[in-house]
Amino acid sequence: MTEMTTSSPESRSSETRNSLIGRPIGRVDGPLKVTGRATYAYEHAVNEAAYGYILGAAIAKGRIVEIDSAEAERVPGVLHVMTYRNAPAQPEFGPAVTPTVPEVFTRARPVLNSSRVRFYDEPVALVVAETFEAARAAAGLIRVRYEEEGGVFDLPARLADAYAPGRTNAGFETDSATGDFDGAFAAASVKVDATYRTPYEHHNPMEPHATLAVWSGDEVTIYTSAQTLANFQAGLASTLGIPRERVRIVSPFIGGGFGAKLIVHADTVLAALAARVLRRPVKVALTRQQMFANAGHRAEMVQQVRLGAGRDGRLTSIGHDVWSATSGFEEFCEQTAVFTRSLYAAPNRLTRHRLVPVDLNRGEWMRSPGEAPGMLAFECAMDELAERLDLDPIELRIRNEPTEDPERGVPFSTRNLVACMQEGARRFGWERRNPTPRRIREGRRLIGYGMAAAIRPNYIGAAAAKVAIDATGRVTAHLDMTDIGTGTYTILSQIAAESLGVPIAAIKIELGDSRFPRTAGSGGSWGASSAGSALHHACSALKERIMEAARSDDRSPLRGADAAEPIFVGGEVSVGNRTVSLADLIGRIAPDGIEATGSVAAGRNTESYRTYSQHSYGAHFAEVAVDSDTGEIRMRRMLSVIGAGRILNAKTARSQILGGMTWGIGAALMEETVLDPRYGHFVNHDLAEYHVPVNGDVMEMEVVFLEEYDDKANPLGAKGLGELGVCGSGAAIANAVYNATGLRVREFPITLDKLLPGLPASAI
Amino acid sequence: MQPFTYERAGNVQAAAAAVATRPEAKFISGGTNLLDLMKLEIERPTHLVDISRLPLDRIEETPEGGLRIGAQVRNSDLAADPRVRSRYPMLSQALLAGASGQIRNKASTAGNLLQRTRCSYFYNRNMPCNKREPGSGCAALEGFNRMHAVLGASEACIAVHPSDMAVAMTALDAQVETTLPDGKARTIAIGDLHRLPDSTPHVETALGHGEMITAVTLPPSPPGRQVYRKVRDRASYAFALVSVAAVVEKSGDRIRGARLAIGGVAPKPWRTREAEYVLVGAADSGSAFSEAAESALAGAVGRGGNDFKIPLAKRAIRQTLAVAVEGA
Ligand SMILES: Cc1cc2nc3c(=O)[nH]c(=O)nc-3n(C[C@H](O)[C@H](O)[C@H](O)COP(=O)(O)OP(=O)(O)OC[C@H]3O[C@@H](n4cnc5c(N)ncnc54)[C@H](O)[C@@H]3O)c2cc1C
Ligand code: SF4
Repeated sequence: MTEMTTSSPESRSSETRNSLIGRPIGRVDGPLKVTGRATYAYEHAVNEAAYGYILGAAIAKGRIVEIDSAEAERVPGVLHVMTYRNAPAQPEFGPAVTPTVPEVFTRARPVLNSSRVRFYDEPVALVVAETFEAARAAAGLIRVRYEEEGGVFDLPARLADAYAPGRTNAGFETDSATGDFDGAFAAASVKVDATYRTPYEHHNPMEPHATLAVWSGDEVTIYTSAQTLANFQAGLASTLGIPRERVRIVSPFIGGGFGAKLIVHADTVLAALAARVLRRPVKVALTRQQMFANAGHRAEMVQQVRLGAGRDGRLTSIGHDVWSATSGFEEFCEQTAVFTRSLYAAPNRLTRHRLVPVDLNRGEWMRSPGEAPGMLAFECAMDELAERLDLDPIELRIRNEPTEDPERGVPFSTRNLVACMQEGARRFGWERRNPTPRRIREGRRLIGYGMAAAIRPNYIGAAAAKVAIDATGRVTAHLDMTDIGTGTYTILSQIAAESLGVPIAAIKIELGDSRFPRTAGSGGSWGASSAGSALHHACSALKERIMEAARSDDRSPLRGADAAEPIFVGGEVSVGNRTVSLADLIGRIAPDGIEATGSVAAGRNTESYRTYSQHSYGAHFAEVAVDSDTGEIRMRRMLSVIGAGRILNAKTARSQILGGMTWGIGAALMEETVLDPRYGHFVNHDLAEYHVPVNGDVMEMEVVFLEEYDDKANPLGAKGLGELGVCGSGAAIANAVYNATGLRVREFPITLDKLLPGLPASAI
Repeated sequence: MQPFTYERAGNVQAAAAAVATRPEAKFISGGTNLLDLMKLEIERPTHLVDISRLPLDRIEETPEGGLRIGAQVRNSDLAADPRVRSRYPMLSQALLAGASGQIRNKASTAGNLLQRTRCSYFYNRNMPCNKREPGSGCAALEGFNRMHAVLGASEACIAVHPSDMAVAMTALDAQVETTLPDGKARTIAIGDLHRLPDSTPHVETALGHGEMITAVTLPPSPPGRQVYRKVRDRASYAFALVSVAAVVEKSGDRIRGARLAIGGVAPKPWRTREAEYVLVGAADSGSAFSEAAESALAGAVGRGGNDFKIPLAKRAIRQTLAVAVEGA
């Protein structure tokens, strides 16, 4: 169930009421998807495609001494076996840290360029054959001899070896310090000092990483599954050593990305290399198992949260220290404590990020990088503090609600955290929660309630869009934006239709081709606002161009129309008391159609970003039932109340939040990739053993959007929300588990074996 | 996956003979386990004999008042059969607690019994595993063994048998009917179908090469209340950490009859006769359930990651017995 609350007086409700923007319109690409006609990367059909299969390293660190592929080459249908010995030259990988933040996305990512093995299952060979089956069978016949070196994989035991990186992901300061944290924490009358652990996690989008590479002369077209085409184009061009213009990326439909498809991976590089060698199209996909080592992960972390407060419940000190594993050859520092800098007021503050190198592939951006693991820990610590203060967790948060961004010292654009919590409490029946744990029982089950806050920065990425209208009134927009399953096609259709006053059916949105105007793609929850704003500007520009021509063209019924603001609505244009059909008008003044472009600059370069602290907010509520005999934790209900600016489509937005809440269930209760420190491999590398929530785990979920319009954020008034559902939702569940059982598990996920020792002897 | 030849068997005996004559041949039924293993080259049969279309898909009454379940009866059909649901509800519950709807639609009765362990090291050809490669060692012993066995295991292998269905069938004293390559039939008590690993974990069953399961017979349903309880890491679509199949018959406030089998804890579905002796004749009280649970887990050995299964199994047994008694 989704609702829009309508109470807020200063909201722009009258403006948005009849608007297409905000309406819960079903996905415009839905019919294509459910009928199997949306073409995903591996499904693009070309003549003569050959199939590649990757063989991964059997060790985690060392050197290849010998590769014998003779038997594989004899398999009928095998066309080529590529190893480091015969792969086309590629640049060296380069330093662990790129000179600038954006270069991490565009740097060369060579594959099969050395006998070194840097991580388990790193590609050591690519077999290309007439069929996938032949390639896979042949790969099984390749014999590789290694010289193994001992790798290091442990995090908790090596915190003393940690180093401070130069910056975190997304270019934030590694540390922040305000006031005197140590002094204030030592002097605080009520304290929490708790250490939490979060495990390796994997994105596991439904669609695996897959690429079809087709060369034509010295230009290559890459059909792949990418969130940001410009990154793929640049990254592949660097790896192949060719200019970007010779790489075209096509990715119209994406079966989920979650941050695992922001940079090129081995499938893309190897397909491009093999297709060039063989002079014919080549398809390469990672298997589900291969994705665990080769397509990014969230690193294991240890977090120490220290909160000091007065008896009045006001925080005097906030400390958030994060130790994270990182790949030794490519640094990745998730910005886990960065949100802490903006969430609650306290005069004395400290946040720090430290890294411990391990012999794994690089970590990547995984849905809500930073907040996902960070809020899981921090919002549990707040719950622990509330209990020590004998305060309701919502009241504790209200008492520490800042009036401005506590570390940046700038005002918030919009911040409805308190309203989210209060509205949520009312709807959820929070008053039924017993603050003393283990008090609500239903038969053999212990029932618990928990809540947590949500915060996620609002980013805007540079984006451009082109929009054209033809003489029949049909509108086509082009952007190199992607729809990773979030509903981008749909909301962009709504924005264009609304702006130009035409029906949705008259709009055609073309995405997923690097030949289209460049955007920041899908990532960091910035997609809708960035691409949407660019399109909005393009539509405004188009209207201006239409009106220019309409006012001056001899053939125009609006010729000489006065300066009154034209109104585009219902497929018509009105100026003053003159109204004409838009199609008719274009047909007369521009039989070949009219087009225009629009763009937005990256958020950090804008004045409004410098002068306002921009975040989306929310409050999550969870009810769990814990079997008092076995410790099994099952969800009962979840509610999220969200304040994220103007909602562009209540249905797709709700889906995003629901998905995020489900990720919260995963992070709190089941997701964990087990790393075997003896071999350096992820043990449970498939979807039978890596548990994500299934339908039966989700139960009842409700999403409520507070009516909000953030005029500082962008011309649409919208803020990012694709990741907000993850932020804190896991903590709400963990707090509910505590409320149910009185057991505080600080090592995620909270599986039943961790509760078992603390449960009462069976109550039979 | 390595290339293989394929044939569709015309009848049971031809199928058995076709496998028997080739050392690297295997039966394929629903393929939901075998194909996964072949893709990963854990199994590398050179010849497949498809038995999925043989007319072994009926569930029939036996003269004794039990049911005879054809080897090809799909897990979903078996779970939905009204006779099974009314007379052997624990079997239906066990089936529905396993895998997913899609898999159950493909999975056959015999294939379910013969599915192989889900040990992650068994599934990874780069890891030592005595079951996959005899003599190579067991990576799970000192490794990630949260899912592994606490009963019946050996130093060579601590893998568990993952089937839910088989646990219920074990409590129900099922008999497994087979056809040998020479056409002869034999019957194996379900408790004797799977072997303990000892020093030969790669030898998993009592079946000879080419011996084909044709049916599973259930004796008349035992008196008392049946309950199958599966404890797992998520609400659905997860293998058992521990499962309990219990049949309890009461007389007044005493227990007249009891059957107890547990899953997820041993290399085979684990019947706990000692616990049954404890229960029969005892008062239906928590202390009898606790004693039975202790007895069922007597001799259990944890290997680190799976230590919790010992208390968990005891708790699950106590709870299941209590639930069975409540309704009995
Ligand atoms: C993701 C996933 C989750 C699962 N979860 C569960 C679960 O929670 N609980 C559970 O119990 N199971 C679970 N399963 C396993 C599932 O039940 C089995 O895969 C299925 O029962 C196997 O049946 P099949 O007919 O597909 O067997 P196949 O894969 O066709 O065969 C399995 C084996 O049996 C042999 N075989 C088949 N029929 C005969 C016969 N008549 N005579 C002799 N040999 C024969 C084959 O040669 C092969 O070795 C899960 C499986 C998957 C993939
Ligand atoms: S437990 Fe058994 S199956 Fe698993 S690695 Fe050890 S020998 Fe192999």
